[in-house]
Amino acid sequence: MSEWWTYRPEDFLLFSPRVYWRMFELQNEALWSLHLVTVAAGLAIFMFLLRRPNRDSGWIGLLLAALWVFVGWTFLWNRYVAINWAIFYVAPLFAFQAVVLLIAAIMPGGLRLDRRDVAGWTGLLFAAAGLVLYPLFPPLVGRPWTSAEVFGIAPDPTVIVTLGLLLAARGKLLPLLFPIPSLWCLLSGVTLWTMDDRQAWLPLVMVAIVLAALGLRSLIRRSAS
Amino acid sequence: MTISRRTLVQAAAAAAAAAAILPAPAIGQATAPMMRPIPSSGEQIPAIGLGTWITFNVGDDPALRDECADVMGVFFEAGGRMIDSSPMYGSSQPVIGYGLDRLGRPETLFAAEKVWASSSADGAAQLERSRSFWGVQRFDLVQVHNLVAWEAHLQTLFEMKAAGQIRYVGITTSEGRRHDLFEKIMGSHPLDFVQLTYNIVDREAEEQLLPLAAERGIAVIVNRPFRQGALTRQLDGHQLPEWAKEIGTTTWAQFILKFILSHPAITVAIPATTRVNHVRENVAAAYGVFPDAAMREQMAAYVRDL
Ligand SMILES: NC(=O)c1ccc[n+]([C@@H]2O[C@H](COP(=O)([O-])OP(=O)(O)OC[C@H]3O[C@@H](n4cnc5c(N)ncnc54)[C@H](OP(=O)(O)O)[C@@H]3O)[C@@H](O)[C@H]2O)c1
Repeated sequence: MSEWWTYRPEDFLLFSPRVYWRMFELQNEALWSLHLVTVAAGLAIFMFLLRRPNRDSGWIGLLLAALWVFVGWTFLWNRYVAINWAIFYVAPLFAFQAVVLLIAAIMPGGLRLDRRDVAGWTGLLFAAAGLVLYPLFPPLVGRPWTSAEVFGIAPDPTVIVTLGLLLAARGKLLPLLFPIPSLWCLLSGVTLWTMDDRQAWLPLVMVAIVLAALGLRSLIRRSAS
Repeated sequence: MTISRRTLVQAAAAAAAAAAILPAPAIGQATAPMMRPIPSSGEQIPAIGLGTWITFNVGDDPALRDECADVMGVFFEAGGRMIDSSPMYGSSQPVIGYGLDRLGRPETLFAAEKVWASSSADGAAQLERSRSFWGVQRFDLVQVHNLVAWEAHLQTLFEMKAAGQIRYVGITTSEGRRHDLFEKIMGSHPLDFVQLTYNIVDREAEEQLLPLAAERGIAVIVNRPFRQGALTRQLDGHQLPEWAKEIGTTTWAQFILKFILSHPAITVAIPATTRVNHVRENVAAAYGVFPDAAMREQMAAYVRDL
């Protein structure tokens, strides 16, 4: 692209905020009552992690893998791609993330959600916010309830809960599991920011926390060795 | 300011000078919008078209698709003809196709598309996809979007024109980008159309490109007449000058459009909108009287000083 410096992020925004939030309304309408199941599944994850932190958590990986495929297919591939051609290249990454989550869930030592350092607790806190607070945003920012983003139904809360849980996890495949959700948060944050949406800071803060946590851990590791 | 009669007379003179080949009087007609000739063919076209960037990218949302079809319906009803789109505009092309179906395929449509691909082969395949989205036999105009791979595409497009697969060939830019190259291509290729940004605050095109278009007989499509809505929003809080009534404008949008259309080198302005009241207001700006050169300067100065 020539004269690239003359372009602003909003030059790449192909749709209006109205059309963007209508996608969530239509997604919610089409899938309604499944929300109860996905949120219940999310709450079950937290109950399990708080009460039995050391037990095998492979099923959580399986559940997340299923939700990544589901959100990637129903939202990105069947809705979002229609208004944003760039999603054509992003949706397959959701499938890739699901495959890695699946492998991590079934391979021994692939994913254990028992890390409780500062980063791990922060991750759990953000994951809880993604699950519980996210759907409550619409009235705070002046949108109808029907456009609520719900874990397992909409991408942002699904990705944020996943990232939070990954911060509280150990496992051989962990380095492979961070990049896609982090890139999604970046993409979503920039999109919301170009739309002048007050929610933009959330996914962006999540990326910052992931980067800070991973940086801090590698520092600690290096100074210990 | 004493405008009324002088403006009318001078506007008529300006319009006549505007295009030597302008056969129909453009001024003072209340029953039809201002028509401008496409210099390369002499074909007359209404001076207001319809853009579709962002506004028509509504995906598969049935309610919003219907709203777009309503906008198109009012546009055709008011006498508009040119609809402009691009493969870059998300779902705008299928949404146009949906609207055309719902409106019973209006015969007056002037379909303006773009090719936006890195190679000529990709461009040809893309054009075919675009055509099926619109559901038209052929496009009236195909433009090389933002000069991407322009040499390869122009060669293909001129061949297609010669074969009768499209009627006109053009190139586009916006927001003042690559005007040097744009000028070079205008000088060296037999273009029918160019598309560029021009409005009451973005007047760079007046220096080289518009005079060159007039000299070379190239029709000019104006994009971003409202700076994607930023200009109308910015002016919204301000009072229109009393003398705006003299050119029959009651809103800032019409004030801006009248300014654009009264430049002699301009053929069509293509504001985009999601609203039927706005499309009605925009097409109405192509009716009635237009400012003369002195009043145009007064209009620009008024906006500058706000
Ligand atoms: N490089 C290129 O080839 C290129 C680049 C840019 C644009 N284009 C073409 O040019 C077209 C026009 O440019 P654009 O869409 O960027 O911007 P624009 O036409 O300057 O502005 C569109 C905005 O103006 C508002 N608007 C329309 N009519 C109005 C009225 N009567 N009163 C108040 N607000 C009004 C619309 O909001 P509402 O929906 O509320 O009416 C919309 O948000 C594009 O749609 C596209 O087809 C081509």
